[in-house]
Amino acid sequence: MDYFAQQLINGLVLGSIYGLIAIGYTMVYGIVGMINFAHGDVFMIGGFIALITFLILISLGLTAIPLILLVVLLVSMAITALYGWTIERIAYRPLRHSFRLAPMLSAIGMSFVLTNYSQVAQGARVKPIPPVITGGYTLHESADGFVIQLSNIQIIVVITTIVLLAIFTWLVSRTRLGRDMRACEQDQTMAALLGVDVDRTISMTFVIGAALAAVAGLMYLLYYGLVDFFMGFVAGIKAFTAAVLGGIGSLPGAMLGGLAIGLIETFWSAYFSVEYKDVAAFSILIVVLIFMPTGLLGRPEVEKV
Amino acid sequence: MTSPTPLLAIRSLRAAYGKIEALKGVDVEINAGEIVALIGANGAGKSTLMMTIFGKPRARAGQILYEGRDITDVPTHEIAHLRIAQSPEGRRIFPRMSVAENLQMGADATECTDAEREATLQRVFTLFPRLKERYAQRGGTLSGGEQQMLAIGRALMSRPRLLLLDEPSLGLAPLIARQIFDAIRTLNRQDGLTVLIVEQNANHALKLAHRGYVMVNGLITLAGTGAELLQRPEIRAAYLEGGRHG
Repeated sequence: MDYFAQQLINGLVLGSIYGLIAIGYTMVYGIVGMINFAHGDVFMIGGFIALITFLILISLGLTAIPLILLVVLLVSMAITALYGWTIERIAYRPLRHSFRLAPMLSAIGMSFVLTNYSQVAQGARVKPIPPVITGGYTLHESADGFVIQLSNIQIIVVITTIVLLAIFTWLVSRTRLGRDMRACEQDQTMAALLGVDVDRTISMTFVIGAALAAVAGLMYLLYYGLVDFFMGFVAGIKAFTAAVLGGIGSLPGAMLGGLAIGLIETFWSAYFSVEYKDVAAFSILIVVLIFMPTGLLGRPEVEKV
Repeated sequence: MTSPTPLLAIRSLRAAYGKIEALKGVDVEINAGEIVALIGANGAGKSTLMMTIFGKPRARAGQILYEGRDITDVPTHEIAHLRIAQSPEGRRIFPRMSVAENLQMGADATECTDAEREATLQRVFTLFPRLKERYAQRGGTLSGGEQQMLAIGRALMSRPRLLLLDEPSLGLAPLIARQIFDAIRTLNRQDGLTVLIVEQNANHALKLAHRGYVMVNGLITLAGTGAELLQRPEIRAAYLEGGRHG
């Protein structure tokens, strides 16, 4: 039981990170109908920018960890958002009225560009950082000596995710920008007739998705204590899977799918085999899609209008 | 000519979808305070004309003048800021937004104070009380008539000077269609709203309108007052008395 509880905590933390990335996939799919295959690499870029900012602040002699983390968070969100904006501007927008697969192929190309660019610029080796946030709480200790640990970093990951989701949900459901985004998702021509600058709204979607991915990158860096140029690939595929599992286009679905993938992966590793954790995650995806083709919270494509 | 500048003047307008030319040099004028009807068979180019005013598709040649200003190349989303609103073909309400949000989308199109927004909303509710009853409901769950009311209400929320209405009675029960035509007449008489209305229901439209144009294959073939056009034998034959609707 204690072991189960511990794995539950671990799975929720991993799932939070996947969920933050998955939102970027699902938002972009909702508004422009394409899978942004470069999004996983945007997450990787976010991790690197967090690392670089962190090292710069340390070398400047800053020691207040909360301050450092806040600055790192804001800087990595801002710069990664700029990456997201630029990618859309140069790789996707010129192809928007092209055939449907064109932007998707461009996205795959952009993914390679970002991976290789990071490898060349930052080197191929794994970049570790010393543990920044240490300590934690022992929730329970059983008679046989097994303890349930909740580390501070796990708390930070989960709380940050919840806060971001709250802000993000408010933004999408209550603000003018969010309404414009949903209008573009449902009918771009009509949105334009109502004065919505569709290009700008799509840009903002990429900016927000990238900023959330940057937060995930920072969380990953703090949680695992390392980044490398290839980490966007697997994490991206997992988050994409999460988005599909939750129902692509659905924002709560992306988060739910992220948690599901995180939990499946963690429990499979804990009870069966670490080697086959990805097989387990993808197998469950396939099973879910056979019985629920639109994912957990997705809506059917055909809709009465 | 001593008449004042028309609110909207369309001059030798050409537009095409790919290689198919839908407008082949159209001239239309709409004066402030008028209701102008545009009638014609399916595929004549009526809806294309409406959309070309908004730059979708862009005009290939000719001019669109609004209050004397050339707006032919103004980006689509900026046209709405000029207080031209459209209730387009197929209504195009946002199905996964509430009625309230659909109306707010209209209000967002132009700058207005909260008080102005509220006053406009009350005006829309007076014209279409059903929208008040359905205020919190999702657009996609409304009936066809209610969706049409919402599409017009949404256009009105931007407090337009010129309202473009594309087939507001299409697919509606006669009673609902009459309600909608009554609302348009009220808006014109009481609020001084200028309206360009596209209709296949030529009888209704020409009775409502001050003036009308007949469009055939991307060209204006006839123009006149509503009453004049209703008397023309070729109009009666083509659009009123068992004329083919197709």
